[in-house]
Amino acid sequence: MNTVIVENIHKSYKKIVALEDITFSVDKGEIFGFIGPDGAGKTSLFRILVTLLLPDSGKATVMGLDVVKDYKKIRKMVGYMPGRFSLYQDLTVEENLTFFATIFSTTIQENYHLIKDIYSQIEPFKDRRAGALSGGMKQKLALSCALIHKPEVLFLDEPTTGVDAVSRKEFWEMLKSLRNAGITIVVSTPYMDEASLCDRVALIQNGSILKIDKPDLITSSFGKNILAIRSSNIHKLLNDLSNYPACDSVFPFGQYVHYTAKENRISKEELEKYLTALGHQQLEINPIEPNIEDCFMSLMNEAS
Amino acid sequence: MKHFLGFVIKEFYHIFRDKRTLAILFIMPVVQMLLFGYVVTNEIKDAKIGILDHSQDVVTKKITDKLVSSGYFVVTKVLTSEDQIGACFRNASVKEVVVFEPDFAVKLQRDNKAAVHLIADASDANSANLIVSYTSAIINDYVQKENAQAAIPMQIGIESRMLYNEELKGVYMFVPGTMTLILVLICALLTSVSIVREKELGTMEILLASPLRPLQIIIGKVMPYAVLSFVNVITILLLSNFVFGLPIQGSIVLLLLESMLFILLSLSVGIFISTSTSSQQTAMLMSMMGLMLPTIILSGFIYPVENMPLVLQWLCHVNPSTYFIIIIKNIMLKGLGFMGVWKETLVLCGMIVFFITMSVRKFKIRLE
Repeated sequence: MNTVIVENIHKSYKKIVALEDITFSVDKGEIFGFIGPDGAGKTSLFRILVTLLLPDSGKATVMGLDVVKDYKKIRKMVGYMPGRFSLYQDLTVEENLTFFATIFSTTIQENYHLIKDIYSQIEPFKDRRAGALSGGMKQKLALSCALIHKPEVLFLDEPTTGVDAVSRKEFWEMLKSLRNAGITIVVSTPYMDEASLCDRVALIQNGSILKIDKPDLITSSFGKNILAIRSSNIHKLLNDLSNYPACDSVFPFGQYVHYTAKENRISKEELEKYLTALGHQQLEINPIEPNIEDCFMSLMNEAS
Repeated sequence: MKHFLGFVIKEFYHIFRDKRTLAILFIMPVVQMLLFGYVVTNEIKDAKIGILDHSQDVVTKKITDKLVSSGYFVVTKVLTSEDQIGACFRNASVKEVVVFEPDFAVKLQRDNKAAVHLIADASDANSANLIVSYTSAIINDYVQKENAQAAIPMQIGIESRMLYNEELKGVYMFVPGTMTLILVLICALLTSVSIVREKELGTMEILLASPLRPLQIIIGKVMPYAVLSFVNVITILLLSNFVFGLPIQGSIVLLLLESMLFILLSLSVGIFISTSTSSQQTAMLMSMMGLMLPTIILSGFIYPVENMPLVLQWLCHVNPSTYFIIIIKNIMLKGLGFMGVWKETLVLCGMIVFFITMSVRKFKIRLE
């Protein structure tokens, strides 16, 4: 059974189109990730799913309940963590958790087992005001609060944005154990590297879904060889590569430039000759496996 | 019910942890009462006056003594000629100069008529008015008593009595107004700001996505303020009774019930403001401009409604505070029962229904 089913959802704010013809479904007990840059429409989509926004057209159900008609029932069953830190900064860690437990008519004791792994990490600070917590701890508290009523589906809108690398890793570990406990998780992130941590991902850009699949299937279906190229002058390298006749795409990736060729006619030697002739020094050319970001870039290019 | 209680408890945490809210809740009422009680007063006490006595006889001496012994005036200048009057006012050493004409006693005896000239510093028009009327009242009083002894027929004596406030005490006027002002500020301003704060901080998003009903959110938000405002009503009444000696003539139960009604109305106005704004600053400005100023100026608190231009009178009539001030005055000062305030009570009830209906209709169960 599908926990979340979305069919042809459209949403626009005045003239700005936020979501365009979104269709997907989430299976029970999977981590479904939305990967896309800021402004892609992730938050609007999440708000529609947790009944906070009305779609302009289309249909969406969560656990078989319509997000427009049955909003009261859905609100009892889902856990929602908004993108912005939305807890009470002037309440302590414990008071926040107690508050969210009581408004869902439950207690911390009753569902402690569910949040134990997460909450035990911040429990030493339970008398501290939530506003005085670090970014990673805030997110753990927010997750605990979203979990305390034992929701069947969790909607996490960019839970790892602004969190350090170590905390991010921990956070994903927790999501995995929650998934193993049977909770369906819909999560969004702007970080491409987090895609591989999801069971399935949807790449989203400008309000449209570019592709939905398992992360390794997305990368393996890339279908082109990629060279990671580096030289002492990255800027010049980018220019020279895009002027190269066989060039299909070229994007900067940190210290490297990722390059694909038209019809996949890639030749490391020819390229090296071409670039050395143009005066590039400390040249380094390595064939690499495509990652999600490469796929995202090429899908984005295709779409536009 | 339990989750509603949890909400109310959370609201109390917010209040007791925010110093500014606490100050507005508990310090402001006391400070305002004391300020209005001691500083903003229309009473005359120890007004400095000058005496220019051209006659220097028994009668003028007696009148001067009477002025001084009334407690309203102190004679700080004894003048000898008209030329000195201007200088007295210019260096502000006196507020009024009393000039007796030459042969005052003789003329009074002979013609039954003598002239006193009262010159007042009207750069402060209100107190000049008061000082002059107090002075003439004392002089008239003296003359009448003298005349009574002389038993001259056909004397018309005007005797006035200030009902409900015999001594014309300022406290009688400001307590109802201050109470109204404090209730409006606490109920409307604090509730509107506290609801809007949830929107601004993004916590409203979680509240909306929870099983809490909109009505529960609203009532949970205003409940603590209703309780604390009621505490304030009692504080104000105690202060006015024990510090300023203002008695409560009517039924205290009725007064408290009417106060609760007004608290409810102010809260619903606060909710209404919060549903129409999205930032704390706007909510604060709307409450200040839209409620505080009208409560002070357009309610009969300080300026009588009947003397205002017609348009402003209309505004007074849509201002809830106007009605509540009438209610308090009627109960506290005149000692009237419910039959004396039912019309105003009805208006307040109507306004509550109006604002609650508007708020519920405007409250959004979703984000915009």
